[in-house]
Amino acid sequence: MVALIPLLSILYEVITRGAPVLNLHFLTANGLQGGIGHAIQGSFILIGLTSLIGIPIGILSGVYLSEFGNNKYATWMRTINDIITEFPSIIVGITAYIIVVIGLVGSFSPFAGAIALSFILIPIVARTTEESMKLVPNSVREASMALGIHRWRTIISIVVPSAKGGLVTGTLLAIARIAGETAPILLTVLGSSFFFQGFNSPMDALPLRIFLDSRQPSAEIQASAWGASLVLILIVLALNIGVRLASRGRGLFSKR
Amino acid sequence: MRKLNGDNTFKVILGIIAASAAIILIVNAYVLISGSTTAIGKFGFDFFAGKSWNPVTQTFGVLPYVLGTLITAGIALLIGVPLSLGIAIFLVEMSPKAVRVPFSYLVELLAAVPSVIYGLWGLFVLRFWVLDFVEKPLHAYLGWIPIFSGAPFGLDFFTAGIILSIMIIPTVASVTREVISAVPSTIREAAYSIGATKWEVIRHWVLSYGRSGIFGAVILGLGRAVGETMAVTMVIGNAIGPNAMPTSLFQPGQTLPSLIANGFFDSQTALESAAYIGAGLVLLIISLIINILAHVMVTRVLKVKGGAVE
Repeated sequence: MVALIPLLSILYEVITRGAPVLNLHFLTANGLQGGIGHAIQGSFILIGLTSLIGIPIGILSGVYLSEFGNNKYATWMRTINDIITEFPSIIVGITAYIIVVIGLVGSFSPFAGAIALSFILIPIVARTTEESMKLVPNSVREASMALGIHRWRTIISIVVPSAKGGLVTGTLLAIARIAGETAPILLTVLGSSFFFQGFNSPMDALPLRIFLDSRQPSAEIQASAWGASLVLILIVLALNIGVRLASRGRGLFSKR
Repeated sequence: MRKLNGDNTFKVILGIIAASAAIILIVNAYVLISGSTTAIGKFGFDFFAGKSWNPVTQTFGVLPYVLGTLITAGIALLIGVPLSLGIAIFLVEMSPKAVRVPFSYLVELLAAVPSVIYGLWGLFVLRFWVLDFVEKPLHAYLGWIPIFSGAPFGLDFFTAGIILSIMIIPTVASVTREVISAVPSTIREAAYSIGATKWEVIRHWVLSYGRSGIFGAVILGLGRAVGETMAVTMVIGNAIGPNAMPTSLFQPGQTLPSLIANGFFDSQTALESAAYIGAGLVLLIISLIINILAHVMVTRVLKVKGGAVE
């Protein structure tokens, strides 16, 4: 039970210190006007871009590992996948900074942040995809192939839809995870006080805003860090709790 | 043969995509190695063993930060592992189902809280608890022991270690839980049948059977603690230069990730940036070793489970 004290204390502090600053202006104005609207927008842009890059690659890798995973190559890939899931997030930040910020784009860019975050997203999605596809009974695959359907067709039209619930759950949890990542985007999108200005200029994001605000001496700005935390924690917890409730519902269905 | 072509193409395409994990690993390693050659080439072994990180004289050595990383991670393990073991044992062996479900759910929520929020909480809340209830008394009564010397301030190795210990609980507890549930029930039944009490069964049979897996879980927690950036950066006090060499737990310090997060953009010369990238490389190597070790130990135990079920 001791372990829950931090959780409760965090929630308590975030709510009591964050709620007073929340209002429409705070949620929609940009940094110069004392709001976090630009950071919320930035977070959603980052999440969107990252999902666009990371989810297809992650799911397809997971499909390979689950459906064709009985060879040495796949075993190696699975092991590497497991190992990089626990990569220190700041390292992918450095890498994306060097490749994208210095190399490809030449300035801080939301794109660099999305690359860094997809390095984190891909292994997580691949892992959960593999696990949920393995739960699909083999008899389903055999039944489909017995009807003369190609294996690739079986996988795309039969196995993936059967595992859909697990795929959605895993993907949403992975998104919740990257929504709170700070270190990689600190090095790649830098932070700013303005709304999105294009793919070759710095942007802001909620976790970044929390970090930068918390370092300011002014109590007002620190209060805005708590407000941003409240918004971020609401997004993350809503994703988590929503997913859990949804998957619990599915569990009941499958017991029928 | 023609019919097979669709399948083979599909398999090959997926196989190439599945290499993304390896590509990510290789790209990261390559970029860090090539980016840091100037620094490591210039200082050689001193880069790893040197104590000074001085932008003025342009000498860079990562030793204080490696030590800082290990110290904070060590504190995290000392506090976090017993708690996590307790949680895992409670969840598997003792709790009624009505408690188990919400409780394990709450522990998982602990993992969902973004690290920057841990940092914020640490900076404005935990710091003062630690300062008032732990550090001041320890300093007052045990200040003559070197590790408790130094004026307690609240932003130091100790606070960072405590934050980390909270953050590794979900990782360690959930893996340990899996490992303990993987212990075949025949072993428990055999132990009970020769008259062992519940405590003895857990202590002598369950824990020793799952020893390797639990050790793996601990190392996994270590990996998390070592790589954690934001929460640590916000509470460790960010000492730089000669002050960063750890002498006391109650002194501001610096870990490898916090060093990079703080200083990367302040670097004035190419050599200095290369040194920061080198620090990243050292972190990458440490974390790779830790994660490979953990992976080997955890899969060994879970494989046994697979065998037993079949």
